[in-house]
Amino acid sequence: MEISRHWRLRKQRYGLMGEICPHCEAKLFPPRDICPECGGEAKTLYQFSGKGEVYSYTTIYEPPAGYEENAPYTVALVKLDEGPIVTAQLTDLGEEQVQIGTPVEMVTRRLRQDGDERGMIIYGYKFRPVGLGPH
Amino acid sequence: MSSDVVIAGIGQTPVEEHWKSSLRELALSAIQAAEADAGGLRPQVLFVGNMLAPQLSRQAHLGALIADFCGLVGIEAFTLEASGASGAAALRAGYMAVASEQADVALVVGVEKSSDMVGAAVDEALATAGDSDHESVQGLTPSGQAALLMRRYIYEYDVERAAFAGFPLIAHANGAGNPNAMYRKAIKPELYANASLISDPLNIFDAAPAADGAAALILTRPGLLPPNFPNRLVRIAGSSMATDTLALHDRPNPLDFKAIRQSIERACEKARITPLQVDFFELFDAYSIYAALTLEAAGYAERGQAWKLAQNDAAPAALSLQGALPISTMGGLKARGNPGGATGVYQAVEAALQLRCQAGANQLPNPRRALIQALGGPAASVVTHVLEAMD
Ligand SMILES: [Zn+2]
Repeated sequence: MEISRHWRLRKQRYGLMGEICPHCEAKLFPPRDICPECGGEAKTLYQFSGKGEVYSYTTIYEPPAGYEENAPYTVALVKLDEGPIVTAQLTDLGEEQVQIGTPVEMVTRRLRQDGDERGMIIYGYKFRPVGLGPH
Repeated sequence: MSSDVVIAGIGQTPVEEHWKSSLRELALSAIQAAEADAGGLRPQVLFVGNMLAPQLSRQAHLGALIADFCGLVGIEAFTLEASGASGAAALRAGYMAVASEQADVALVVGVEKSSDMVGAAVDEALATAGDSDHESVQGLTPSGQAALLMRRYIYEYDVERAAFAGFPLIAHANGAGNPNAMYRKAIKPELYANASLISDPLNIFDAAPAADGAAALILTRPGLLPPNFPNRLVRIAGSSMATDTLALHDRPNPLDFKAIRQSIERACEKARITPLQVDFFELFDAYSIYAALTLEAAGYAERGQAWKLAQNDAAPAALSLQGALPISTMGGLKARGNPGGATGVYQAVEAALQLRCQAGANQLPNPRRALIQALGGPAASVVTHVLEAMD
C-alpha cells in the first residue's frame, strides 16, 4: 500500500497543478522543480487549463496487473494548450472515433484499484473529447 | 590513454522459454561456455545485467548469487539495471574496469528469466521501466509507448502501416540461420499484414517476444591472454552511454531518439570512426518502430525514410545480410528473442561471432567492425559499443 505516495501527488493528479519557471516562463507539467529549458529552479505553482488535443493514441489490449477490468482502454499523449504533453487515458469516448488532433479536456476518474484486500483506489486525470456533457 | 580491452570469451544459451532452468542455472550455463572459450582465464570481477529478477523471480542481489552459484565466491560482483539496456550497461562496466586496470579479467553476464510469471504480472513488471507516477499509473505499457510512437510516425510522415513489415521480415530471415534463436523461420509479408494487434497500430510482428536466456563475455587486455589463444581477437574500440527523459511525454519531439545520436557519436569518437565506417549494426529492434527511429537518429536515414532501407525491391534490402548495412544479423530481438537484461550481452556475443568469422550460415564476408546498441525504454537509456577485429 502506497497511500503517502499517492497523497503527495494529489494536486497534480486531481487538479493538473504544474509549475512555471520564474526565469524563462516555461510551463511545466508534470512538476519537476528544475526547469528543463534553462536549468533554473522552478517551484512556482501554475494551474493548467486542462484543455488540449490528442498528439497520439493507442488501445491497450494486454493490460498490466491492476488495469484488467478496464481493458481494452485507450491511452493518449495529450498536447496541452499551454505546451507540455501528458500521458493520459481517454475516457467517455462513446461512438466517437478519436483522431490525432481531436480536442480534449481533463476529467477526474478512477485510474486503478490495487489488487489486495484493502483495495486502494487511485483517482486522477483522464481526458475526454470536448463537447460532451457531464457524465 | 586507456588500454585496449579485448573479448577473450563468449557464451550463450538458446533463447526460449526455459521452463526447466532457473535464473542461476541459465547464468552458469552461459558463464561456463565463456570460460571454456577464454582458455581458463579467471575473472576478478563479475558484472550482471538483469532487469526483472526482483519482480518476477523475487530475487535481487544477483552479483553475490551468481558469483556463489558459479564457483566464484570471493570475487567482486555487482548488478547493473538500465531496463532493456541492462546487459549492455554490464558490458560497459566490464569495459571500464578492465580499461582502467582496476581488474585484469572481467566477467559480464546478462541473464533474464521472465517465464517465471505470465500475463498481467509480466506486463506490470515491464511497465516499471516507464515513469511510474506519470506513465505507468495511466496503464501505459512499453508496447503502448511503441504504439504511440508508431501512430505518430505514420501520421507525420504519411507512411503505410505495411511499411514496417520490412523489419520483422529481415529479422526472421536472419533468425533462420541462428541455432540459438527463438524463431528460426522466415516469414512472408502476408503474415505481417494479417497479424493480430497488441496495441494498435502495433501488431505481434512489430514486437519482439519476451524470453529467457543468458549470455556471457570475458574481457581482458591483450597482454594477459593465454598463449596460443585460438580465436581472432575482437577489441572494444568504443563504449558509451547516454540518457534521455524517462517519460516519452517530456521530450520536445518524441520521434527524435536524441540519446541514440549522442551515444553513437560518443562511441564512434572514441573508436575514431564515423558511423558510416561500420560493416553491420546490431540495433535494438524490440519494436519495428524503434528500428526505424534508431536508424534515423543515427543518421543512416532521413526522418520518415528508414523503413525504405528494409524493403526488398529489385535488389536485397540495404539492411539484409546482402545489403550495405546489415542489421540484426542473428535475428535481432525480433527473431532471436528478447531476453530483457541479457539482450545487450547477446548482441556483443553475436557481433563477436561475426567478427571472428564463426557466424555459420549468417556469416558476413569478413566484417571488420560492428556497431551494437541496446535501449532502455524508448531510448531513455542508450548503451553503444564499437567492436573491431584486431588483425
Ligand atoms: Zn526555465
